[in-house]
Amino acid sequence: MRFKTRNFDTSSVALSTEDLSVHLPDTPGQPQVLKQIDVTIRQGETVCLVGESGSGKSVTSLAIMGLLPEALKVTEGRINLQDRDLLPLSRAQMRELRAARIAMIFQEPMTALNPVLRVGGQIMEVMELHTQLPAAERRARAISIMEQVHLPDVERVFRSYPHQLSGGQRQRIMIAMALVLEPVLLIADEPTTALDVTTQQQILSLIEELQANHGTAVLFITHDMGVVAEIADTVYVMKHGEIVEHGPVEHVLRQPQADYTRDLLASVPSLSPRPARPEGDEIVLKVEALNKIYGGGGILKKLPQTHAAKEVSFTLTRGRTLGIVGESGSGKSTVARCIMRLIDPTSGRIMLDGQDIAGLSRNALRPHRKKLQVVFQDPMRSLNPRWTIAESLIEGPLNYGTPRSEAMAEAARMLTVVGLPENALKRYPHQFSGGQRQRIAIARAVMMRPDVLVADEAVSALDVSVQAQVLKLLEQLQDELGIAIVFITHDLRVAAQICDEVIVMQRGAVVEHGTAAEVLVSPAHAYTRSLIEAAPGRMWDFQNFKEMPEVTHANPS
Amino acid sequence: MLGYILRRILAVIPVMLLVAVFVFLLLRLTPGDPAAIIAGDMATPAQLERIREAMGLNQPLHVQFFTWVGQLLRGDLGTSLISSTPVAGMIADRMGPTLAIALLTILMSVALAIPMGVIAAWKHRSGADYAVMTFSVLGFSVPVFVIGYVFILLFSLKLGWFPVQGYTPISEGLVAFLKNAFLPALTLTTIYVALIARMTRANMLEVLGEDYIRTARAKGAPEHRVLFRHALRNAAVPILTVIGTGFALLIGGVVVTETVFNIPGIGRLTVDAILARDYPVIQAMILLTSFLYVLVNLIIDLSYTFFDPRIRY
Repeated sequence: MRFKTRNFDTSSVALSTEDLSVHLPDTPGQPQVLKQIDVTIRQGETVCLVGESGSGKSVTSLAIMGLLPEALKVTEGRINLQDRDLLPLSRAQMRELRAARIAMIFQEPMTALNPVLRVGGQIMEVMELHTQLPAAERRARAISIMEQVHLPDVERVFRSYPHQLSGGQRQRIMIAMALVLEPVLLIADEPTTALDVTTQQQILSLIEELQANHGTAVLFITHDMGVVAEIADTVYVMKHGEIVEHGPVEHVLRQPQADYTRDLLASVPSLSPRPARPEGDEIVLKVEALNKIYGGGGILKKLPQTHAAKEVSFTLTRGRTLGIVGESGSGKSTVARCIMRLIDPTSGRIMLDGQDIAGLSRNALRPHRKKLQVVFQDPMRSLNPRWTIAESLIEGPLNYGTPRSEAMAEAARMLTVVGLPENALKRYPHQFSGGQRQRIAIARAVMMRPDVLVADEAVSALDVSVQAQVLKLLEQLQDELGIAIVFITHDLRVAAQICDEVIVMQRGAVVEHGTAAEVLVSPAHAYTRSLIEAAPGRMWDFQNFKEMPEVTHANPS
Repeated sequence: MLGYILRRILAVIPVMLLVAVFVFLLLRLTPGDPAAIIAGDMATPAQLERIREAMGLNQPLHVQFFTWVGQLLRGDLGTSLISSTPVAGMIADRMGPTLAIALLTILMSVALAIPMGVIAAWKHRSGADYAVMTFSVLGFSVPVFVIGYVFILLFSLKLGWFPVQGYTPISEGLVAFLKNAFLPALTLTTIYVALIARMTRANMLEVLGEDYIRTARAKGAPEHRVLFRHALRNAAVPILTVIGTGFALLIGGVVVTETVFNIPGIGRLTVDAILARDYPVIQAMILLTSFLYVLVNLIIDLSYTFFDPRIRY
């Protein structure tokens, strides 16, 4: 692992915060959201602010931008941009600085651009707001910065609307918009979290390239230790609104001082796969030559077809976990939805406990639904907000004729199994954290005593420490109840930790299939290798604070 | 896009045909003999027979229907039973006032309601927001004739700014027209401002929470630009729907307002026709209102593409 070891002692300070404190003045008790934050970023330096959700890293960035939500107030401290304190500035003065001196890019490129305006116009708007440049010059500069962020076919993209571009392209537009006026500081708030690993790698190296060309200081906010290892010069670790540790990246990763940093690093799932459990002889799910084709309809002319799943086949025995990995659009979720019959496969067989359910009607399917349960990605949206936890948990069993009292008793027992207090039954989803909600979602699925559990990106929205707990819970349930799990994920680290077997999908087709160890340690297919190589921080063993042991590829091609 | 417009226009045909069937059956399904209804209680059998002959009631039903539709397509909406004048002419005479007041009402409503809704959303939960919401509830719940009479009392009788009643067409001068049309339009505006402002506020509130609004602010855009350039266009589609349906309702004629201000509009024509059982007029009015509804909805649907590039047909 090669960490950045650039020295910035002689560079001028781009931004520093001193004793920056933020409160919620209108909330009883006036809780403090940020506590005396001191951060220094020098010209050309990349500072990573890491922490879990709620640690205050986004609040810090919004405070610097002067864009805190109305409920939050800076109560103390200074924010110096090149030695000029920003806090006393008027709204109009702050507006002039934004995008011109401090620019920001956000996590969700899908929603961060205005959907009804052309992207070229959105880039030019920055110049309209801050410069007197004539229209032709604005256009020329917009085109130039779009070329610098390596967008293809710039003239066409310039005239496009956001929905016509991919996630990676939209993030490039955001970066172009942020850097067109060559700001002193770029704040990047989780800019690659919503992107595929290969796209992430491209965006990270793009930011690095532009930083080198323009000497921009970068404040990079992330929860991903892998990304930190790749790009940071200096790391600040945040917890509950405080900086618990900071230092050069290698120092923090090799010799973390604070207990919290050690815990955080220890929860990063390792890329080295755990050994596979033995294959059982009771086959619970067997998928044969599954195909799903979208489109092709149309009355006047035939619409283009999308082959979302091509000839997918696999077998799953009781108590084992099969991972399906791939990037967005690879077809992994299509396969999951076909198995659950949330969508109808175009052809192929889905044998659940020896019965083909691929062609069953909705009614004929009903008895089989019970055996096949699902946990979705976003626990914030997968529980009905107006139902108590108890109602959500017992609905399934009631549908299958379990008496209410029996179902309630089982719900209470299930909650303790997933590690929640029994009084959670009468409460509503919004009273729980994301991790707790995901436990509830798992409890809901397991209440049905399924043979197969489909987990669709079930831990992707969770912090690493919570992620580790939920993965452990799944494993424990699996051991106790012998559930087979189909685990859909884009995260190779998670796949390495939970899967016995892994399928790699690309554009609807399975390109590689084997045990987790085979696929992740000695990948045979070029696509699998590119995925592994794009995984940030793959050369570093975070849990043990040292380099990964040298891996020899068994079958290099 | 062109293909879509064509398809939508073609789709108007079956809808209107269905309406025509209903309208046609309206007269035929009314209990009793249409000729007897038309001729009145004192008619002799000979008179009845003459009317049947004249209306073609002796012919089979489908022949009657197609004859009637043929007449409609030639612009012949029949003859009023009461005044014995062509219905098409009667409607044309009454359309002017109704259309003029409808347009004025919508223009004033949009001009007032959109800024009100935007400000209410921008200053969410402030005094301004509560003021707009209170106005909305009032404008919607106070009966329109009460508002009309209060306006007459205040602006016409006390202040003497406007005439109490009556209508002057635009052809006799814009000022004269506005003098008469302003109060009825203002009366109707209270309802439509309430409706459109509420819709604007609700949709703006949603849009202002979106990520791209944060992006606009991060670019250093001033608030008015954030609101009107970035947010409003994204909130436009549902607001547009309300405006369009509102306009269609207004063209259908607003009986109460027309009565209060003594305006010779479509609304009163319809009510008079219903009270007098003037069937040809009633039929023509149903056809016309349905057609206007279909037309306005078509225009609204097509205008969506102008506001939101993601909507493509």
